Amino acid sequence: MSTLVSTPPTTRTVLSTAVPNPRPLRLVRHSLALAKRSLIKTWRTPEALIDVTLQPVLFLVIFVYVFGGAVAGSTHDYLQFLLPGILAQTIATGVIAIGVNLNTDIAKGIFDRFRSLPIPRSAPLVGAVLGDVVRYVIVTVSTLAIGYLMGFRIDTDPLRAIAGCLLAVLFALCLSWLPVYVSMKVRTPGAVQGLMFALIMPLTFASNVFVSADTLPGWMQAFVDVNPMTHLVAAVRGLFVGTPLGSHVWWTLAWCAGFVAVFMPLALRAYRKKI
Amino acid sequence: MTADLVIEAEGLVKTFGKTRALQGVDLAVPRGTVLGVLGPNGAGKTTAVRILSTLLAPDGGTARIGGFDVVRDAERVRQTIGLTGQYASVDEDLTGRQNLELFGTLLELGRNGSRRRAAELLEWFDLTAAADRPAKTYSGGMRRRLDLAASLVGSPNVIFLDEPTTGLDPAKREDMWDVVRSLVTNGSTVLLTTQYLEEADALADAITVIDHGRVIAYDTPEGLKRVVGGQTLEVRPSDPAHLGRVAAILSEVGSGAQADEIRKGVLAVPVTDDEALTESVARLAAAGIAVTELSLHLPSLDEVFFTLTGRTAAEDDTTGLKEIAA
Repeated sequence: MSTLVSTPPTTRTVLSTAVPNPRPLRLVRHSLALAKRSLIKTWRTPEALIDVTLQPVLFLVIFVYVFGGAVAGSTHDYLQFLLPGILAQTIATGVIAIGVNLNTDIAKGIFDRFRSLPIPRSAPLVGAVLGDVVRYVIVTVSTLAIGYLMGFRIDTDPLRAIAGCLLAVLFALCLSWLPVYVSMKVRTPGAVQGLMFALIMPLTFASNVFVSADTLPGWMQAFVDVNPMTHLVAAVRGLFVGTPLGSHVWWTLAWCAGFVAVFMPLALRAYRKKI
Repeated sequence: MTADLVIEAEGLVKTFGKTRALQGVDLAVPRGTVLGVLGPNGAGKTTAVRILSTLLAPDGGTARIGGFDVVRDAERVRQTIGLTGQYASVDEDLTGRQNLELFGTLLELGRNGSRRRAAELLEWFDLTAAADRPAKTYSGGMRRRLDLAASLVGSPNVIFLDEPTTGLDPAKREDMWDVVRSLVTNGSTVLLTTQYLEEADALADAITVIDHGRVIAYDTPEGLKRVVGGQTLEVRPSDPAHLGRVAAILSEVGSGAQADEIRKGVLAVPVTDDEALTESVARLAAAGIAVTELSLHLPSLDEVFFTLTGRTAAEDDTTGLKEIAA
């Protein structure tokens, strides 16, 4: 440290007299820069991906080989039915991690530094959500890969299969705003985990993930019919294996829009207040 | 507004629950100077810095940085300032270089500009060798340098340093002081908080002493030292039998007061100038008296507070703890 030179680098820009940056899409550029930060963190700690890679494997193996014969008559038929559901379930539980991470992160100094910079206040949150896209792509690819090894086959065409994957990733991005909001409101990462699990669990089981909805009791069907998971699973199932699509894609997109419209403003407001 | 006051705060008030962290604090820092804000833990130093750096809104009073109000023109203020404190830090999972480049991008330096600026700062802070390691592997001193470098990415005109040397060993502290001096030479205005009178004395053009959220003194370092007493010379003779003769010598080189035995075997006398040190060394040598310890001290923060308030800084530590918790 004794080698410190005595004058600082001389590239002084006169920031104080500059007008607030007029360049457009500031929020987008700043959010992308901050998303890159999340990507680097994911890259550095691959063990954080265990939840989203191991879980679909376990669920597929257990459910297909244990219940396949009883539920669908054959393990192959059940695998064709179950895989889109497991993908949706993994996506839905995978969003919990962003809430847990943000709850830990926000208490650290880096968020104070962000708030002292001339960037949009929402950029760190938007960046964190966007940075998780990679996680969801990994979930989707690894679920499909293990499914293929077990004998799952796409019955439609590659374009529809890709559309199904994109729909799942989009759903995750939009649903992320719920755990982001929760992470701003509760005190500890454990509480985020517990609360989110309590919210996500009924959504995934009271749905068409594991069994066809018409086998359920009537009162539960009423819930299953509006459950966003049901629409996502039916849409992905239709795009992967050709079951009737109905209006499920549109309902899924409507739910996505709803999550963002409600929880993004709530999360941003809670973030601004959380000092 | 006085034209060349870069940092100005009037009557800042901030309350956390029942804790009154700031109870009407005024601060003023002319362009190109260093203000040292001196106070114990929980005095309100950090709260004041957080308000001035737009992280916290005051409950009362106003503050302006470069003429911009920290509440109404927060965006403009953020373009002017750099903030270093234990709370405003870097991302531990990113490398030093990735951190600096991220802040460069967020400050609109562009891809090449960010890279160039990051390389410059890494070089200046002697972090080039460690640039591509995650920040969490850095030592305390390296981490502090990276924190400071991160706050300088945008070449800010106004720099807040919240206890920049707390926890650093003396050699690293001196290095940090050199950095602060060079920032000022380069035209920056600095507000620095510290718990050490010695640090404020070494760096600041003026010192504001705060306690329990109030300013209890504002003066130049010289003026403050006149009030709280200057330096003390402490000597521990190797042979306790020489205490009497040493006391006689010290009383002569001192500023008039008699030498006291402040701890067992250690004599102390107030002195007015640095020459007292060399003179006493010469006279002790001439008398053939060996010493194991000989040092010159400024009053500690406790002594400063005792003089200014009549009680020690540590007496109400509970208030301090509450403020930190808040």
